[in-house]
Amino acid sequence: KAGRGVITASVELKPPPYALDALEPLMSRQTFEFHWGKHHRAYVDNLNKQIAGTELDSKTLEEIILVTYNKGDFLPPFNNAAQAWNHQFFWESLKPGGGGQPSGELLESINKDFGSFEAFVKEFKTAAATQFGSGWAWLVLNPRPSEDGKKLSVLKSPNAINPLVLDYYPLLTLDVWEHAYYLDFQNRRPDYISTFLEKLVSWEAVSARLDAAKVKAA
Amino acid sequence: KVVSYYGLRSPPYESNALEPFMSKRTLEVHWGAHHRGYLDALNKQLENDDILYGCTLDQLIRVTYNNGNPLPEFNNAAQLWNHDFFWESMQPGGGGTPTDFLLEKMEKDFGSFSDFKQGFKEAAMTSFGAVWVWLVLKREKKCLEIVTTSNAINPLVWNDFPLMGLDMWEHAYYLDYKNDKGRYVSAFMDHLVSWNAAAARLARAQAFVNLGEPKIPVA
Repeated sequence: KAGRGVITASVELKPPPYALDALEPLMSRQTFEFHWGKHHRAYVDNLNKQIAGTELDSKTLEEIILVTYNKGDFLPPFNNAAQAWNHQFFWESLKPGGGGQPSGELLESINKDFGSFEAFVKEFKTAAATQFGSGWAWLVLNPRPSEDGKKLSVLKSPNAINPLVLDYYPLLTLDVWEHAYYLDFQNRRPDYISTFLEKLVSWEAVSARLDAAKVKAA
Repeated sequence: KVVSYYGLRSPPYESNALEPFMSKRTLEVHWGAHHRGYLDALNKQLENDDILYGCTLDQLIRVTYNNGNPLPEFNNAAQLWNHDFFWESMQPGGGGTPTDFLLEKMEKDFGSFSDFKQGFKEAAMTSFGAVWVWLVLKREKKCLEIVTTSNAINPLVWNDFPLMGLDMWEHAYYLDYKNDKGRYVSAFMDHLVSWNAAAARLARAQAFVNLGEPKIPVA
């Protein structure tokens, strides 16, 4: 985007990689209209307002997140930046006809680090259900050597925090802010979590992210 | 064997009494599922605990807050209390302006009622995540303040006196207002908040906090 000889890069609101009604009836069109159309859009718009004319203007979204995280003493754009990123990552973690089991290297890694796919599911469900208040549940790759030799972990984070600021590679996320599930599930977060794992999660996306992360971590 | 340590109080009005500002459906889910859920979860935790058994809810909150390193029971205990307090902070035909001593104190500490109202709305609108916004009488400073707390935290943990509270967790407004926080907060301030309840709480707080010179009758 250019104007008066000044080039600025603003963050874009990209649509999910499927139609807004593609995940019906599991995640309704109405949810997408608000969750993507209002919440996600607001994070992007507000971030762009905050960074306009500042040095953050020319950075990538990931760079903005890392800079404004400021070791936990967040600068004002952090919440909007992280939430913009988190939501994009979340839409890409879902797909119509998703769920089922992963395969190939991803399944091997899960079996190795969690014992079994079922054990991973249990841990992920617990993390998502016990993130009190607003937050996210994640599957991440730890690029650093760990005591137990494990590379994959399940994490939960409050509000806008994501694994990028903790130096992990995010592979999968589930939004457990109430706005993510309230229209479709009201208070029944466990049902939302189960539906996500059984019918929505895109293991293809997770596998691709794992491959990319392994390359970067090497 | 059924054991119950705390009970679920009903709001002091019917579930449709706050329509159209807070729908019957919201009351049913918010009170019947969320609030009840905190109660059931707390009772379940207390089944396994002999030490915490027998506290009043206020005491339980302070004890389980554990000076900022909360015990597992804290979230449930505090949320149980917070929601009781929230229902009682509203009334059908609420809103408007406080009167008498509460109004005087507000004018003293905020400049004017509309300054207070503005500040309260701003606190609610700029909050991030699951929060509560409170009008509080500070025990030490003896003044009114607007306080925002995260998740389950409430002013009791600092030994202050909440006078009125607004639930800004998304579950409180999502069914009725979706993402439109502003309309929810305005509806609360203009049509729901019970200044009667706040005034009564201020009166009770004065048993613990001296807010003025004693009025010594002249013979």
